[in-house]
Amino acid sequence: MTFSGFKVIKEALTGHKGWGPLWRTPEPKAQYDVVIVGGGGHGLATAYYLAKVYGVTNVAVLEKGWIGSGNVGRNTTIIRSNYLLPGNQPFYEFSMKLWENLEQDTNFNSMVSQRGIINLFHSDGQRDAYRRRGNAMMLSGAGARLLSQADLRERAPFLNFDNARFPIKGGLMQERAGTARHDGVAWGYARGADMRGVDIIQNCEVTGFRMDAGRVTGVETTRGVIGAGKVGVAVAGNSGRVMAMAGRRLPIESQVLQAFVSEGLKPVIPGVITFGAGHFYISQSDKGGLVFGGDLDGYNSYAQRGGLPVVEDVLEGGMALMPMLGRARLLRNWGGIVDMSMDGSPIIDRTDIGDLYFNGAWNYGGFKATPASGYAFAHLLARDEPHETARAFRFDRFARGYVIDEKGVGAQPNLH
Amino acid sequence: MLIPHPLLGPRNAQEFTYLGDAQLLRRPDPQAPDAEAAFCDYVFQRSNPAGVHQELWFHEQGDRSWLVVTRNTVTHEILGAELACDVAKREGAQ
Ligand SMILES: Cc1cc2nc3c(=O)[nH]c(=O)nc-3n(C[C@H](O)[C@H](O)[C@H](O)COP(=O)(O)OP(=O)(O)OC[C@H]3O[C@@H](n4cnc5c(N)ncnc54)[C@H](O)[C@@H]3O)c2cc1C
Repeated sequence: MTFSGFKVIKEALTGHKGWGPLWRTPEPKAQYDVVIVGGGGHGLATAYYLAKVYGVTNVAVLEKGWIGSGNVGRNTTIIRSNYLLPGNQPFYEFSMKLWENLEQDTNFNSMVSQRGIINLFHSDGQRDAYRRRGNAMMLSGAGARLLSQADLRERAPFLNFDNARFPIKGGLMQERAGTARHDGVAWGYARGADMRGVDIIQNCEVTGFRMDAGRVTGVETTRGVIGAGKVGVAVAGNSGRVMAMAGRRLPIESQVLQAFVSEGLKPVIPGVITFGAGHFYISQSDKGGLVFGGDLDGYNSYAQRGGLPVVEDVLEGGMALMPMLGRARLLRNWGGIVDMSMDGSPIIDRTDIGDLYFNGAWNYGGFKATPASGYAFAHLLARDEPHETARAFRFDRFARGYVIDEKGVGAQPNLH
Repeated sequence: MLIPHPLLGPRNAQEFTYLGDAQLLRRPDPQAPDAEAAFCDYVFQRSNPAGVHQELWFHEQGDRSWLVVTRNTVTHEILGAELACDVAKREGAQ
């Protein structure tokens, strides 16, 4: 089934009886060439690009719950390529280019909306730091613009420009950044992978690895043993848990990050606005809800829910930035478990166990990485060499002293 | 979360800052032949368990002591807290 404007109109006129399931519900086979653990955005994108770009179709994605039940369905959907460091920025710009063509590529409406992102600054020093970041972005082809306070007053007159502690002096803007429909991304990749022969197996938790002579030969699951030529682990917040089954520790701590949504309102927030100094960022969904968040709760957690102190902190940040927020009602808040790494940057690499590959350490920012992460992990699994944009994301960078620490805070995950 | 401070009784977790896994008390021997690998492991690698976890909390807005807190990372239940210096002394004595 392909989607088109014609098909939508036809179904609207015939009572929507012609839509079918978007992917099959297959029984697991005994053996696959590649088994991917984790049916989040990254696992599904990996399967999609393995099949589409690298021609590897005897692939299974094993998901312990339903696809999209992890962080891909819990995040605040911001996509951007406004990083500073050379290890990161070309990768995120590659991702942005894939986002720009995602809907045509997958024939699925992922609602990619390039509404722009503005990072606010409050002092001359911060402006200079953002100018430098903007230059790094321009070098990678991502584009950047420094907005003056006057530009901002025009775009976002509701901001509290005269805040006593953090007066708003301007912002760094990436116009190509924006948002996408999080579940739509998971579903689009799942459907595209399924159409090319990938088995998406839900309610199938991996409980152990089968090894032989230092190589992985398959996985134990709640639906039996499944053999694999290669195994790729892409389980985000559960990375520590799953890799412990292979006897490995990681440079990762799992922590909880919360997000919030208000009742639906008329369009009021142009694009995405981040107020780093006040631990707050906001955008508005197409349904009208204000979608916002702030800092991590800051301690190890697998609970998928956070505490009230951070709720208070985020809402205070919001009120300081845009007092009109106080008139809106909060509808829901929730938490997701994020895989915070020791330098705040990801890992896409082989492990020291043969045929076992790892993709993780996405911190609070892996949604934007979904296309490039899937592409690069597929490249690694198919060719056994890193994709050119992901060469820096190695396990051994910590031992070799090549950490990719955007904020320069050191091996302290709750500060990244 | 309320942290049962051994000297001050139950205190709001907001008074504390969090450092991480209490393995950070167990600094490797810098003279050992494998010191480089041991320090890399010490600084960067974590067990990150889902379940009972021993971790370092600093009572920044209180008596500025370091505590080793035993907490369940799945339920957030706090099972106990000790002064980190007591833990370090006990481990050093062994
Ligand atoms: C509140 C919040 C806001 C965020 N906001 C943003 C944002 O605005 N922009 C951005 O770029 N990023 C954001 N992120 C980060 C982003 O959501 C994640 O980095 C990204 O989704 C992680 O990759 P994933 O989609 O593959 O993870 P997930 O969707 O979590 O996928 C991992 C999957 O693995 C499965 N799994 C785990 N263990 C097993 C097992 N043993 N067997 C089988 N399956 C298993 C899980 O069930 C899960 O479905 C946010 C995260 C949170 C929590």
